[in-house]
Amino acid sequence: MARSAEAIDERNLAWYLDRAVRVFVFVGGISAIVLIIGIFVFITREGLEFATTTLNIKEFFTSPRWAPTSETRPTYGALALIAGTVSVTGTAMIVAIPFSLGAAIYIAEFATGKTREVLKVLVEMLAAIPSVVWGFIGLSIMNGIIIQLFNVPIGLNVLNAGVILGLMAAPIMTTIAEDALKAVPDDYRQAAEAMGATRWQVIFKVVLPAARNGLVSAVLLGVGRGFGETMAVLMASGHSINIPDSVFDSVRALTATIAAELGETAVGSDHYGALFTLGIMLFVVTFIINLTADLVVRGIKKR
Amino acid sequence: MEQGVGMENQAVNDAAGNSDDVAIRVQQLSLWYGTFQALFDVDFDVKRGIITSLIGPSGCGKSTLLRTVNRINDRLGYVRTTGSVEVLGKNILDEDVALPQLRKEVGMVFQRPNPFPLSIRDNVLFGYNLHEASGRRDKGNEDDLAEAALRKVLLWDEVKDRLDQKATELSLEEQQKLCIARLIPVKPQVLLMDEPCSALDPAATEAIEELIWELRGQFTILIVTHNMAQARRASDECAFMLMGKMVEHGQTSEMFVTPEHKETADYIEGRYG
Repeated sequence: MARSAEAIDERNLAWYLDRAVRVFVFVGGISAIVLIIGIFVFITREGLEFATTTLNIKEFFTSPRWAPTSETRPTYGALALIAGTVSVTGTAMIVAIPFSLGAAIYIAEFATGKTREVLKVLVEMLAAIPSVVWGFIGLSIMNGIIIQLFNVPIGLNVLNAGVILGLMAAPIMTTIAEDALKAVPDDYRQAAEAMGATRWQVIFKVVLPAARNGLVSAVLLGVGRGFGETMAVLMASGHSINIPDSVFDSVRALTATIAAELGETAVGSDHYGALFTLGIMLFVVTFIINLTADLVVRGIKKR
Repeated sequence: MEQGVGMENQAVNDAAGNSDDVAIRVQQLSLWYGTFQALFDVDFDVKRGIITSLIGPSGCGKSTLLRTVNRINDRLGYVRTTGSVEVLGKNILDEDVALPQLRKEVGMVFQRPNPFPLSIRDNVLFGYNLHEASGRRDKGNEDDLAEAALRKVLLWDEVKDRLDQKATELSLEEQQKLCIARLIPVKPQVLLMDEPCSALDPAATEAIEELIWELRGQFTILIVTHNMAQARRASDECAFMLMGKMVEHGQTSEMFVTPEHKETADYIEGRYG
């Protein structure tokens, strides 16, 4: 009896290993939370003081004049930058939603065997292309195509950045949308087919409605990606401060502004604070979008 | 077979009492899943307007036979058949058969209730909207159809105040009734039921059996069941299958008392299966 009690209490290598792995995994798990809070605290600390004291909030949201380096009177109007980001993201979604949903429907509902596997791998590879490469494509290839095709003086504009960003966002949206479609039980498809539905009727009347939440969250994550993307937009959008009248106008995005200007500001200056204010805004917007996407997905599981 | 024919005629006369029409005529049907042969030269007539049950041990081919009648087996993509299955006079194994039309005439109820994740109303009218509604939809007419279908499956009183509720929130018994109800608005001739009670508790099973009995005469019903008591209680004719072959087919009351084949007797007495 005594021996078995000892055996239960024994702390051998396996016990310590188990402990160590447990601690390691725990640290890994909470690091995500710690990091996100840390980033938020850092951005807020750098930007909040400026945002609450020096910055004219009304000017920030309503003036299109972003002139932080003006010798005479620096202005911090973010409206044009917001318009730039929104117009590029909007165009991107017009490109990405049909592409990604179409691809997801094809992969999930039509492709079989090898085709399916190959397509899935290709889509994932597409998602791994560095954004600077996309930016380069926008700068060197799309630019020329747009100039020739639409006979406009410059091809670095909303259309260029939107198409590039749409192609960048499409793979991740495809993957999530495909997961959502695959999660629809086959029972539903079989039931609909047994009632005489054609393949398209099965998809439009049963599968898509059943996967609606997942599809919405795929789109939202795509929007979040669009808001946050920096390098490709910087390279393809023309980077000129402008509220666009058409897709052929050059714009400048919030993210690109931070990327381009932060290196040249003095730490603690007004300009520095203004850029961090943009950062706070971006952080909050993407956080809300991602949170919404997450809640929408959870919505399915509850029901 | 000669013996069988005599028995069938008799069965029709005293069981259904209406016509001796054959709704489904299966002749020399063999079926392969890839290289595996699941059915061997099956001959089988199902008469109009009565309830015929298919019994036999697991893997005997009864579900396969059932799923051939509306060609839902085609979904698998690797199914090959020889022979013929005539439904209402047309060989439905022909290449040129319009599957939506066939499946409108031949409704199917599955083992697990599978209502769509839509409202109760949309579930009932799903088939109707696939087949009938072209162009303008008439809400009043749709409401009437939905009510009639739900009344027919004895579900109307339970759900009439919550037709917009999601069908997947209903109890399993209600779900299965709804799955029967949604077939009715397109006026099918034949109802195929693949172990419709096996996912239900005894009370729900009884309710569904009663419902099936209610529908007798209005539809030709072919029901696969594992439950011999159910076959005995709730069918006019019964067919016993074993190893992909049709062993015996006759009037239920006779088959359970005086089976012709030893295999049938053994199965009915529970010696295997």
